[in-house]
Amino acid sequence: MASQQQLSVIKGAKVLMVGAGGIGCELLKTLALSGFQDIHIIDMDTIEVSNLNRQFLFRKSHVGLSKAKVARDAVLRFRPQVSITSYHANVKNQEFNVDFLKQFSVVLNGLDNLDARRHVNRLCLAADVPLVESGTTGFLGQVTVHVKGKTECYECQPKPAPKTYPVCTITSTPSKFVHCIVWAKDLLFTKLFGDKNQENDLNVRSSDPASSSDHAEDIFQLNKDETIEHYGRRVFDHVFGYNIEVALSNEDTWKNRNKPRPIYSRDILPEEPTKQNGNTDKNCATDDQSLISAMTSLGIKNPQEIWSLMENSRIFIEAIKLFFTKREKDVGNLAFDKDDQLAVEFVTAAANIRAESFGIPMHSLFESKGIAGNIVHAVATTNAIIAGLIVIEAIKVLQNDANNYRMTYCLEHPSRKMLLMPVEPFEPNKSCYVCSETPLSLEINTHHAKLRDFVEKIVKAKLGMNFPLIMHGAALLYEVGDDLDEDMVANYTANLEKVLSELPSPVVSGTILSVEDLQQELSCSINIKHRDEFDEEKEPDGMVLSGWQQTPLEKDDCNKTLGNGESTSKTLPSAPDADKYDDSDMVASGRKRKLDEAVNISGEANSSKKPEVLDDDDDDLVMLDDGDNGDPAINKKKRLQ
Amino acid sequence: MDGEELTEQETQLYDRQIRVWGADAQRRLSKAHILVCGMKGAVAEFCKNIVLAGIGSLTLVDNRLVTEEALSANFLIPPDESVFGGKSVAELCCDSLKDFNPMVRVSVIKGEPSSFDEEFLKTFDVIVVSCCSLAEKKSVNEKCRKLPKRVSFYTVDCRDSCGEIFVDLQDYKYAKKKLEDTVECQLSYPSFEDAISVPWKVHPRKVSKLFYALRVIERFEEAEGRSPGETSVSDLPGVLKLKKEICESQLLNEAHIPNALVERLVTNPTEFPPVCAIIGGILGQEVIKAVSGKGDPLKNFFYFDAVDGKGTIEDISSQS
Repeated sequence: MASQQQLSVIKGAKVLMVGAGGIGCELLKTLALSGFQDIHIIDMDTIEVSNLNRQFLFRKSHVGLSKAKVARDAVLRFRPQVSITSYHANVKNQEFNVDFLKQFSVVLNGLDNLDARRHVNRLCLAADVPLVESGTTGFLGQVTVHVKGKTECYECQPKPAPKTYPVCTITSTPSKFVHCIVWAKDLLFTKLFGDKNQENDLNVRSSDPASSSDHAEDIFQLNKDETIEHYGRRVFDHVFGYNIEVALSNEDTWKNRNKPRPIYSRDILPEEPTKQNGNTDKNCATDDQSLISAMTSLGIKNPQEIWSLMENSRIFIEAIKLFFTKREKDVGNLAFDKDDQLAVEFVTAAANIRAESFGIPMHSLFESKGIAGNIVHAVATTNAIIAGLIVIEAIKVLQNDANNYRMTYCLEHPSRKMLLMPVEPFEPNKSCYVCSETPLSLEINTHHAKLRDFVEKIVKAKLGMNFPLIMHGAALLYEVGDDLDEDMVANYTANLEKVLSELPSPVVSGTILSVEDLQQELSCSINIKHRDEFDEEKEPDGMVLSGWQQTPLEKDDCNKTLGNGESTSKTLPSAPDADKYDDSDMVASGRKRKLDEAVNISGEANSSKKPEVLDDDDDDLVMLDDGDNGDPAINKKKRLQ
Repeated sequence: MDGEELTEQETQLYDRQIRVWGADAQRRLSKAHILVCGMKGAVAEFCKNIVLAGIGSLTLVDNRLVTEEALSANFLIPPDESVFGGKSVAELCCDSLKDFNPMVRVSVIKGEPSSFDEEFLKTFDVIVVSCCSLAEKKSVNEKCRKLPKRVSFYTVDCRDSCGEIFVDLQDYKYAKKKLEDTVECQLSYPSFEDAISVPWKVHPRKVSKLFYALRVIERFEEAEGRSPGETSVSDLPGVLKLKKEICESQLLNEAHIPNALVERLVTNPTEFPPVCAIIGGILGQEVIKAVSGKGDPLKNFFYFDAVDGKGTIEDISSQS
């Protein structure tokens, strides 16, 4: 039971929750039970069947409805007197600006992606509203407190980039199943069913580029007078047969690698066998996309089973047929979606056939779906525990009890007898460009790089700004917004195509640019340094930003990379899955990595890295000591004063 | 594996958790029968968690009629007298829980934990008791231990901002993943009575203060004939006196059970909802582990106190 003092801050608080998914449902319930009276909740998502095993406020009949709205209604049923305001919207919308944030006593995040987390962090800093941040995967979870000037902000620690793979690994030399999945999903699927005009690395560069390029253009086009069966086999033979033969001709590639085996449909499937075996009727009577399934047509039931090469090949052809007959209008504008059964079946089959060709073990549809959809493991219990911890921290924040703020880890295996481990929060990182005013510096070729390159590669991709405004002294170089007049827009569009040194107000070595996001109310200055040459492999952007932290990408002999997820699919954002800290984040954040070392979650015992403990008996607290990890970017933890 | 495949409906609904514990664990869950006695906040949380997880059946015991206190941390009871009038707490919780997952059978049995016979108890795989007196805990635990099959026994209680879980899995074998291999592990648990009878002076170093404070209060409630959680500020002198006596006979430094902690627990025996969520979550995970035979189960007490934020496992068994 809460004390009187706690009850009074709880009753007076106005709380903003961002996210009504796995953590959100638990959090809304626990806030309401704890006596909170005024709760606002934002979530852009709608309910899906796979949410129901843990998002307990939702029922099967709610599938397709707004999470925020249904969660509100469900909680009002057991706590009707609480005021709950729901928003079925993206937290990045302009309506949720700094002024909107200022009305709240505390913001509680139950989000599923890095972008939105960074955005809310900036809004909270600008509005000076405390933020309690959280995330879970499987049995692991964490809760952190971010109070401006007192503790680090969400971005004080480097966040790892989403996992990407070198293009040549994907197109020519896959060695893991995930490489085959990325190939099947981002290249083949997109080529066959997505935007045909999109640049695509599907074809291996053959030794004779002139001959292959023409050939490649028509091969993925369904000819007017051919059957879909024929088309499917043609695609099959091209990507699993011909392309592999071409790749094999580059002998250097295979000096230290196992050679792949070309696979042709005639060797796997008897000629034209599946012609009207009657089973396709099962798919006939329906308009419901979710019921169109190659597995159903072929009578394959168990998604946990690994299919044979023949089964994969049949699914491959059948899926193409179904797309072209039952979902004709989707073809040409599809983006991979893990909740699209037929798309998952196609990608599983294609990835497995490619895996077989390269001697990589095949996987079940269930496993493939997890990899292709970046599905994060999630259970109800961890979310419930994390939600409880969020409320405990929120109450401390409301009481302004800074000495007792904690970040808490929920562990799968006990460390020092603890399953729930509180740690003192870190101090703000003085060189954080988000919460301190440290200038950044950018090395760039001012005679070659265009303003567009700077906007895309730095301002958007690295600084995470959505509505940037770029100024050189008093001169406005670029701006994004709804209320600009036409002349301005034309002017900015023209500027985008100019190289930096030829802008109306030239940007040269020594220039200080000021970059601002008006919605996030974040501004930073960037010192420009001209440099002529950049290493194509190590500096693929052709520019280097320093003072900004991100874990380096995996290095390889290619300078282009492909992600397994958001980064390459520009069309539909794949429906984010509930409660994850996107897999990159929760499990591998800088902080977590230290924790791994400190408490040996990974089981790799290293006694020199055990946490240092303040052993004053009553109040022992784990200190993370990163003394020997050699990373100067990571602050030592200090006691908050 | 267990042979039977999961249905398409199960695979779809349980997709995200099958990715955590695997399809065979999910199959074992769907065959587990669980009995819970005493439906307060932490137990409501626990029931929600295991119903969502997809256990086979859940049987609820709580004859109480709804009171203000029963409502406080329990989100399974609608606060509308026209709905709850005349129904027992267990019946009301049952109605809500059924709704969470139509694949789980949820039902209610009338009675008191101490009145259940072995014939009845042996139909379950897991028994969880809450808000029970010391004597009831001991008696149900002993009956479980006499059954022809192994039944997992748990107690759970929350008061003020604290919570306690006790686990008795008897002789428990489970599989544990070590790098690539799966190894068989075995643990031997003492009964509740044996665990609390271990002389305090032979306890491991630095056992949670909560263990001792809760034992003192439990003894006080038993001596005074109180229901569990039925204490108030006027009892504080009596409890502190008892604490002193027990510490003397157990040769434990009295300072190890801070009076401030005892005061919190005695004067504020109601539950704190965030702590119920945490304790109900940990208990849910433990029961899922025990049923699926996967992962290290905790042995044999768990404590959480929102004041220091630590969630600690204590192993108190005669061997140590």
